Amino acid sequence: MSTVHVKINGIPVEVEAGTSILLAAKKAGVRIPTLCYHPDLKPFGSCGMCIVKQEGSPKIMRACASPCDEGRSYITDDPELRKVRKEVLQLTLSTHPASCLTCIRNGQCELQNLATEFGIREQPFQPRVNFRAKKDTSSPSIVLDPVKCVKCGRCVQVCQDLQGVFALEFIGRGGDVAMAPAAMLQLDDSPCIKCGQCAAHCPVGAIYEKDDTGRFEAAVGDPDKVVVAEIAPSIRVGLSEEFGLPAGTVTTKKIYTALRRLGAKYVHDTNFGADLTIMEEGYELVHRLTKGGVLPQFTSCCPGWVNYAEEYYPDLLDNLSSAKSPMQMQGPMTKTYFAKNQKLDPSKIFLVAIMPCTAKKYEIIKDDTMKSSGFQDTDLVLTTRELARLIRQAGIDFANLPESEADDPLGEYSGAGTIFGATGGVMEAAIRTAYHAVTGKELEDVEVKAVRGLKEVKVGEVDMDGRKVRVAVVHGMANAKELLDEVRECKKAGKPAPYDFVEIMACRGGCVAGGGQPYGADDEIRAERAAGLYSDDEHCKIRRSHENPSIKKIYKEFLGEPLSEVSEKYLHTSYRQIPLYKA
Amino acid sequence: MSEKNIANFSPELIAFIGEWKTKPGNLVMVLHKVQEEQGYISREAADQVAEMLDVPLAKIWGVITFYHFFKLNKPGKYNIQVCLGTACYLKGGQALVDELKSSINLDVGGLTEDGRFSLDAVRCLGCCGLAPVMTVGGEVYGKVTKAQVAGILEKYN
Repeated sequence: MSTVHVKINGIPVEVEAGTSILLAAKKAGVRIPTLCYHPDLKPFGSCGMCIVKQEGSPKIMRACASPCDEGRSYITDDPELRKVRKEVLQLTLSTHPASCLTCIRNGQCELQNLATEFGIREQPFQPRVNFRAKKDTSSPSIVLDPVKCVKCGRCVQVCQDLQGVFALEFIGRGGDVAMAPAAMLQLDDSPCIKCGQCAAHCPVGAIYEKDDTGRFEAAVGDPDKVVVAEIAPSIRVGLSEEFGLPAGTVTTKKIYTALRRLGAKYVHDTNFGADLTIMEEGYELVHRLTKGGVLPQFTSCCPGWVNYAEEYYPDLLDNLSSAKSPMQMQGPMTKTYFAKNQKLDPSKIFLVAIMPCTAKKYEIIKDDTMKSSGFQDTDLVLTTRELARLIRQAGIDFANLPESEADDPLGEYSGAGTIFGATGGVMEAAIRTAYHAVTGKELEDVEVKAVRGLKEVKVGEVDMDGRKVRVAVVHGMANAKELLDEVRECKKAGKPAPYDFVEIMACRGGCVAGGGQPYGADDEIRAERAAGLYSDDEHCKIRRSHENPSIKKIYKEFLGEPLSEVSEKYLHTSYRQIPLYKA
Repeated sequence: MSEKNIANFSPELIAFIGEWKTKPGNLVMVLHKVQEEQGYISREAADQVAEMLDVPLAKIWGVITFYHFFKLNKPGKYNIQVCLGTACYLKGGQALVDELKSSINLDVGGLTEDGRFSLDAVRCLGCCGLAPVMTVGGEVYGKVTKAQVAGILEKYN
């Protein structure tokens, strides 16, 4: 690795050749203001905020897109740069509505933060906000509000390069460019997989989750409804950041308390559903392995990935596990098993699932298998960010909340359930149980470190008593393409499958950095949130799904065994080809 | 070609696309050819190109909305161009555009209900001395006044 030596405002710093001035400055402890730059994406250079100078040259250049040259000295701040930056910012502000007080990003907006930092007190430029641009509310997951778009291009890069979905594109040019689907179509008619990564990366309020907090409040206020809440694995490490706690802080039991204070009569944990998913999916894998089923088996708990498969790889749908996601297993179990045990009328249960994900909002209404209990299995999905808003509105001092326990039995979970929220977690959890199902023995070291971490594609082999199970883990939708094409080619050519079991998650890092999680996730934060989940796993007495006492109990009392007729009825689904464009 | 031909591409056009399929920079070339043959890029044509070149439809839409050269709407039997370049603009080009809107409800980029006329605003037609200039079906009219527009259009049926 060759390195270059540069100075940033006189501070010497050594960086890998090819490093941008922006990142060299970061290493030197110098922050250069940015708007369009995001560490997940290639530098785009659209905003003009990160301008710097090279000593001895009057030329101004963009630090994000300029690599360091050996021996150079760069200046990131002087009166001229500050003046130019301020003007650039004011120009951007002149195209942006000043409706901050009523914006969903108020207080969490990157543009607002810059305006604060630069002390913008006046607007010297004639405002030219395109108020005619229409909001696109067609999707059950995501809202596009082009009036607020600052044309940074992050969403298009996310949608095309990170996710490989190509729902959004730059339509038009210059000041009139819009980040929108092709052919003037609505987002819901486009190939959008609803992952919400565009929303998570948008610096302003131009793309955001569909806000369903009002429906939650209505349900809580309805004396005829019994509100039951559940939280996904990754919420316990995501929500903390919304309340000033370090990334990755595990706040499971505070969240339970918060949900009760918000009006939930019962609080469950989707980790129980995750354990149930492992039972069904794990046994399905064993069945496929031993009975000659279609391989590899793909995980199916990520609705973004399922949407992608239904659109882009319809020929591989029989590779998808028929097991529903943890949330959609938890739903029917709440409205059948739990309702019966608690003598509750299932028609009165209003089940709200707190999820890291915008695609989950669509999953609950996807098809008739999502009404397997005879009712809509899950009534409402709120993202982590929506839950944070509800907590704030209710005046709950989250950081200082007392802890409480989840309600039994749908609140009991194993360490295997909790790691579902990180890339590799479903695989690791499945291995812990599949090993037992195949060999009849317990895996001694439950920690399968090879499938952890942020490497895009993780490939390995698990020895199950002589039987080698070939596994792969992929996260970030676009990273799956190569592997999926390989599987497709083998399938077409009638060749043996290259893998036995593959975990795919649409979002980079898995659900810990899902489209509904707190803003600002980068690889550092992803790793911290994942570490939180792994520590939660370590602190669990029971770390294998099949050893969760409540899981054993529900099979004994209600489901029979994995893949039983009752399980099939409530816990499994089917897939169908969806056209890329619906109009 | 095994693809279905939803946009009724001619055999020549299909052969052209086949020839360009693997070459870098093929998208703009192919779209030019499609517009040459069909007069504009229809949704069907864009879908067809997307399938034949294995390019996402979004990418194609990005290109055809970026370059003003590409037309997204079917041209009329007679395409009208009104020049809004500097000279024509100063001499009243915009008044001609306004007149077409008020007399036959024709917008820039639009098509009349009977499909007879479509309208493009262009930057220069190379005869600034005749400003303001408009062309109808390729015929050039110079020093056009608002009052003359109706008479000119009458010649085209």
